[in-house]
Amino acid sequence: MSTTVDTTPIGRRKRNRILLQAACIAVSLFMLIPIYLISLAALSSRESLNEFPLSLLPTHFSVETLNAFLGSTGIFGALGNSLIVGAGTLLLSALIGVPAGYALARFTFPGKDPYQLFLLFTRALPIVVLSVPLARLFLTVDIYDTTYAVILLHTALALPTTILISASVFLSVPIDVEEAARLFGCSPLGAFGRVVLPMALPGLAAASIFTFVMSWNEVLGASILTLDHRTLPAQVLSSLSDSPLAYRFAGGFALVIPSIIFIALMRRYLTNMWGSTIR
Amino acid sequence: MAVEAPPTPAATAAPPRRRKIPPAVLLIAPSVIFMALLLGWPVVQGVLQAFRDDQGFTLEFVTRMVQDPYFWPAVRNTLLLIVVMIPLQFALAIAMALMLRSNPRLHKVHFFVWAIPLALSDLAAGLVWLAIFNDRGYLNSVLSWFGLQGTSWLAYDNQTSMFICVLIAELWRATSLVLIIVVAGLQGIPKDYDEAAQVFGAAFWQRLRHVTLPLLKPSLQVALILRTILAFQTFAVAQALTGQNFPLVVGETYRWYTGLQNPNVAAALALVILVVSMLTSIFYLRALRDQNQGGLR
Repeated sequence: MSTTVDTTPIGRRKRNRILLQAACIAVSLFMLIPIYLISLAALSSRESLNEFPLSLLPTHFSVETLNAFLGSTGIFGALGNSLIVGAGTLLLSALIGVPAGYALARFTFPGKDPYQLFLLFTRALPIVVLSVPLARLFLTVDIYDTTYAVILLHTALALPTTILISASVFLSVPIDVEEAARLFGCSPLGAFGRVVLPMALPGLAAASIFTFVMSWNEVLGASILTLDHRTLPAQVLSSLSDSPLAYRFAGGFALVIPSIIFIALMRRYLTNMWGSTIR
Repeated sequence: MAVEAPPTPAATAAPPRRRKIPPAVLLIAPSVIFMALLLGWPVVQGVLQAFRDDQGFTLEFVTRMVQDPYFWPAVRNTLLLIVVMIPLQFALAIAMALMLRSNPRLHKVHFFVWAIPLALSDLAAGLVWLAIFNDRGYLNSVLSWFGLQGTSWLAYDNQTSMFICVLIAELWRATSLVLIIVVAGLQGIPKDYDEAAQVFGAAFWQRLRHVTLPLLKPSLQVALILRTILAFQTFAVAQALTGQNFPLVVGETYRWYTGLQNPNVAAALALVILVVSMLTSIFYLRALRDQNQGGLR
């Protein structure tokens, strides 16, 4: 301290580090506090929610509100529908999208550029534009108000992204290993199934979680295409205006928890999935 | 003439080869058919639904849409939300990405926390913030501890605070999408550029302005297009927070379809969203390209 060496740069550096940590913590708090508060509201007893001011600590822990929400009509069915629709969307979009992604990654074919442009365009297509006409189509072919209708809509929405992501996954599998497998006598299908697919599987799994999340969260299309077979978000939305606050908080909590689990499962793939810049 | 020519060896060999469809086409075909049926066809039908009734072409639905008292407020709110939110969101996301880049302690935990809203629907975000902003919610509780009188943040006559509530909820939910795209973009930029600029004495803001941001431009372009298109589709946040008090265009579509049972006007509203989304994408593509390679067309 008493030496003549100028320590201001080091001091400034230290101060900057502290500021950086503080800013990071501030942003994290901004993200976490609302989640804490919705959990608190959903896990408090009904009476304590009517008090004012509300306590910020879990002093009135109770699962009563959440139980009432889960017990109310249609919620369990809606939860089941959400799972069916999510799984169905995942399977159907993988079935159609993964081969197309493989073709994009491995072959050159006439119309490849327009095809890619078309994918980019469909990513920009708003859900509302599709939902209203599709409702009429589904009415005429008699699958309106079924989980199939929602699966078809969600697959259409997820397909462009599935194709682009699986193309980038297949691009990261070196073509040499595939050729080596062919040289050692594998058929094209065998080389794909025994060599390429196992290597691509983690990425494809991440892509399918992405699809599931999209389907799990989609509100508008699901509420337009169904009446009695609603998915969870659609059910919550339709009963929003005539339900007590406690019900809405429990609904919010039920929608938040899966997303935390999804992100925890996906965290290694986050930047690859959502961050993939399409070109 | 050519048909009558006697079959040459090449011609006899050609038909089987032509009949064999290349594998790429087989792999692509299902997706093309599926998207034509479920993406292309609805768009065409949507246009027809909005402009045609039993007698043929009509503007009736469009006039009804425009004359609805909620229409112009919905348009105004949607545009206002986008104009205010997008710049804020991008500033925030870029700042967050740069913070992560300088490796703070626990940066993996921070990244995880910041990414959580990525998997949240706008309905969930609306309900989460409803717990905070409602009259007897957590914000007013905290205020009352400090002896302050809270207000009805979400009341009908309080348009400004309602707007701010929706804005905060959307910032909270959707900034992570931009963040992820920017982080992915930053990963593709070698740190050497930044370090070189640092060696030559460029200050932080200079490096950001002249090194990092130009290199990030492709990512930012994608993020802008995706985020703006998604922002036009926001509605459940406002629905959960304010009910009908803060109309947005997509919310109006939902109301016309489910509440008023008029799919034709709903289709007309959907077309408004479609046209505006397309125009914005084209605008972004042009604006960012022109700055980027001004001389090269």
